[in-house]
Formats: sequence, C-alpha cells, structure tokens
Amino acid sequence: MILQAIFFYFFAGVCIASAIMVIVARNPVHSVLFLILAFVNAAGLFVLLGAEFLAMILIVVYVGAVAVLFLFVVMMLDVDFAALRQDILNYLPIGAVVGVILLIELIFGVIGWVVTPGATKAIAAPIASNVSNTQALGLVLYTRYVYFFEAAGMILLVAMVGAIVMTLSHKPNVKRQNIGDQLARRRSSAIDIVKVKSGQGLS
Amino acid sequence: MAAFWSDYIWPLLIIVAESVLLLVILLLVTAYVLYADRKIWAAVQIRRGPNVVGPWGLFQSFADLLKFVLKEPVIPAGANKGVFLLAPLVTCTLALAAWAVIPVSAGMVISNINVGILYIFAISSLMVYGVIMAGWSSNSKYPFLAALRSAAQMVSYEVSIGFVIITVLLCVGSLNLSAIVEAQNSRFGLFGWYWLPLLPMFVVFFVSALAETNRPPFDLVEAESELVAGYMVEYGSTPYMMFMLGEYVATITMCAMGTILFLGGWLPPFPIVPFTWIPGVIWFVLKASFMFFMFAMVKAFVPRYRYDQLMRLGWKVFLPISLAMVVIVAGVIQVIRG
Repeated sequence: MILQAIFFYFFAGVCIASAIMVIVARNPVHSVLFLILAFVNAAGLFVLLGAEFLAMILIVVYVGAVAVLFLFVVMMLDVDFAALRQDILNYLPIGAVVGVILLIELIFGVIGWVVTPGATKAIAAPIASNVSNTQALGLVLYTRYVYFFEAAGMILLVAMVGAIVMTLSHKPNVKRQNIGDQLARRRSSAIDIVKVKSGQGLS
Repeated sequence: MAAFWSDYIWPLLIIVAESVLLLVILLLVTAYVLYADRKIWAAVQIRRGPNVVGPWGLFQSFADLLKFVLKEPVIPAGANKGVFLLAPLVTCTLALAAWAVIPVSAGMVISNINVGILYIFAISSLMVYGVIMAGWSSNSKYPFLAALRSAAQMVSYEVSIGFVIITVLLCVGSLNLSAIVEAQNSRFGLFGWYWLPLLPMFVVFFVSALAETNRPPFDLVEAESELVAGYMVEYGSTPYMMFMLGEYVATITMCAMGTILFLGGWLPPFPIVPFTWIPGVIWFVLKASFMFFMFAMVKAFVPRYRYDQLMRLGWKVFLPISLAMVVIVAGVIQVIRG
C-alpha cells in the first residue's frame, strides 16, 4: 500500500504542478508541453486506479493526437501572448467564479461519497472481478450504453464532416495530378522520337 | 523489516537488473542493426560498406559512438535551450521504454501487462513529440518545416496502424502481447500465423511502419536533398546520436511488433521435433531480423515518395482498406464463432 501511496502523491503532485505551469508559463508552447505532462500524469493516476485501458486511451487520444494538433496551432499562431497576459486581471473575476464553482462541486461530490458510499454503486454497473478492465468496459459499452455510444459516434461524425466541408475548397485553374492517368502512361504516349534537322531545331 | 525487504526491495532489484540487462542487449543489437543496415545498402549498390574498423568493419558503430560522444555539443544562440535538449532525450527514452512490454519468448518479458499492445501504440504515438520539439526549439526554418511535415506524416500513418492492430485484436480477443502470440499457435505452424489470413493488413502494417519510423522511402522528414537533414539540422554530437539511436530502436520495435502481430512471435515455423528444440528467443530474433532485412532492402531500392503522394497513400488508400478489413474481419469472426 505504501508504494501505491508514494506513486499516487508523485503523480498527483507533478500533475498539479504542471497544471499550474500551464497557466503561468510565459511561452505558450511551454504551456502546451506542460499540459502534455499533466495528461501523462493523469494517465499514471488511472493506472494506479486499475483503469489501465483508460490510461492508455488517454495517452493515445489526448497526448498522441489532440495535443499534437494543439501544439501545431500554438506554434503557427502569431499572437503576442505577452500583450494578452496584461489583461489577466480583467479576466480574474470570471476565472475565479468558474474555479470556485468547480471546487464547490468537487466538495459536494466528496461529501456525498463519504456520507453514502453505496450511492455510486446503485448507478454504476458492478464490475465483474474475473474479466479484464478492457473486456468489462467493452461489455458495458456495447450493451447497456450502446445508444449513448452510437450517439457520441454520430456527433463526432457530424463534426468531422463539418470540418471537412469548411476547409475543403476547389479552386479553379489549379492543375492537379490524376494518379490513374499517370499510371496509365506508357512509353508510346509519353515519348516521341523526332529526327531533328541540323540548324533548324524543333518548331 | 524482513517483509519490507522481500515485498519491496527484492522485486525492485530484480526489475532493475532485468531492465539493465534488456537495455544493454538492446543497445548492442541496435549497434549491429545499424551496421547491418549500412552493409545491406552497400551490397545492393555493389559497394563494400563499413569495412575498416575491426574485422569486416564490425566495430564501426562503436567508433561512431565514440566520435559522437567526444564531440562538443553546439546549441544555437536563438534556440530554446531546455526544449532543445529535451527533444533528443524524449525520442531516445520513449523508444527504449516500448521494450518494457515486448515478450521475446514465453514468459520472457519485463512487464506482462494486460494492455501491452495499447502501451506500445501509445508510446509510438508519443514519438512525434521528439520531432516537433526539436523542430520548434531549433528556431530555424528547415527544422521547423521538417517537423511540420513529419508530425503530419506520423499522425496520419498512426491511424492505419491502429486499424491494423484492431483487426489482429479481433482475431485474438486480448490486448496482451503474449496472448497474441499464443493465439497464433496452431498445428499449421507457419501457415497459422496471422500474416496469411490477414495478408492485406500485413502489407499495410509493413508500409505504415516504414512511414511511422521515418524510414526510407518515407524519410521526407530528413530528406537531405531538400531539407538538409530535417529537424536534426541544428543538432550535433551526443544529442544527434540520441535521435539516431531513438530512430533505430523505434525501427527495431516496429520489427518486433510485426513479428508478434503477424509472424507468430517466438513460435517455431513447424510445430514438429527439430524445430521445437530451438529456444523461442532464437526464433523471435530470426523473425525480427527478417523484418529488418525487408526494411533495409526497401531503403536500398525504393525511391523517396513525394509528400502529396505520401499523404494520398495514407488517407485515401490505406485508411479505406484497413477500415474495410476491420468490418470484414469482424463479420467473418462473427459468422465462424456464431
């Protein structure tokens, strides 16, 4: 148990420290890198909870894909973040309100958990002890929550189609390669052997 | 106190010893894989390749190591120093970390976790950070362009590798790497491994693995003729060596992954007596070497892809094929198993 406690405090400490660094880092790219560190430590916490599948998916999806695109955008943007940072005091009240609401919700959650520990068990499906984490998740996801799963899939599909429609533009007068035409080229259609008379050249 | 010793310290020491052993072997293997890569390339072009240091040039990689380590590391004045030095470390560490879950024989693995294949996939999806961080922190045009290219390339091909892994997982029913190998154990031996029933996916995996590790013909990242050396332009000495090391270890990891997913891991090719006497490690090494030989041959005789061709191949050819295969394989399994 003591080993788990050590690892828990290690992951949790680094996670919180890097989350703070996300906000206070001067360089936006450093912010994103600290965000990635926070994600990885959150994955470590998931592993400690025995949710190894969620941990790996967190890394694959958030760190491996979402954060890469995030980093892309931040690197390409030409925003003067120092100027934005000067307004930080203006946004402080709103930020503080959001933070306090989150904190109160967390406190309520913890109180509820302490007062009636059985309450969550009534909502969540019990986990069978003899199947692995991944299997248990799959069994629940594709039976009990299949409609939610499908709905989430549809929403993502619509978002994807929307993004493609917004960025796809067919400009006129742009020469494009047709791979089929290229592969269909043969020697006879591509090469012309001409006898050139000396001093005249090709027309 | 005795319980503390036997519960914590002793297992810790064993794991540390195993890891050190694995790392030493892995680094030695990497040195000779690099040598083999150069020799195969040379042989295809009717050259001799490295042949001066040691007998047949066998110590060439170690001479290179010494040269890199003894050089002075140069950090550009405009570089973001912390990120600049972190990038090669990230590449190298991640590449080595993947080997924690790879079983080289029955039970011969440091950590036999339930989600082994996902772990490797997660690690290889993190490899892109080494490239992006190097490209950005160098504060120079060529590395930045190369990093953008390479990040797009690695993210694209990860998608098709993911679907390839899913088809194999559908056949196995487990994410554990040892279970994947055991599932290929049948009386047909060689012909029961997944390369035959999932042949299209083996091809997709092989090509995607080349792209994922930035091996030729997909080495647009380094493209020395246009981008000088890609994201590594500003690097020299030990940091550069760590990039190269990370890249080669990642390549070996991909070979090992191909071996486990499609070539039956440590299983002998024929489940009859003279073959079953040979220990599994040797079969594993032989198969992984075969995979690497194919990687090296591709490097030797396929010209580099153009960038738009690379993207077209990834998104318009491999993605539909692998998606369709996921559906087909799932359907076939459903019909067979009822």
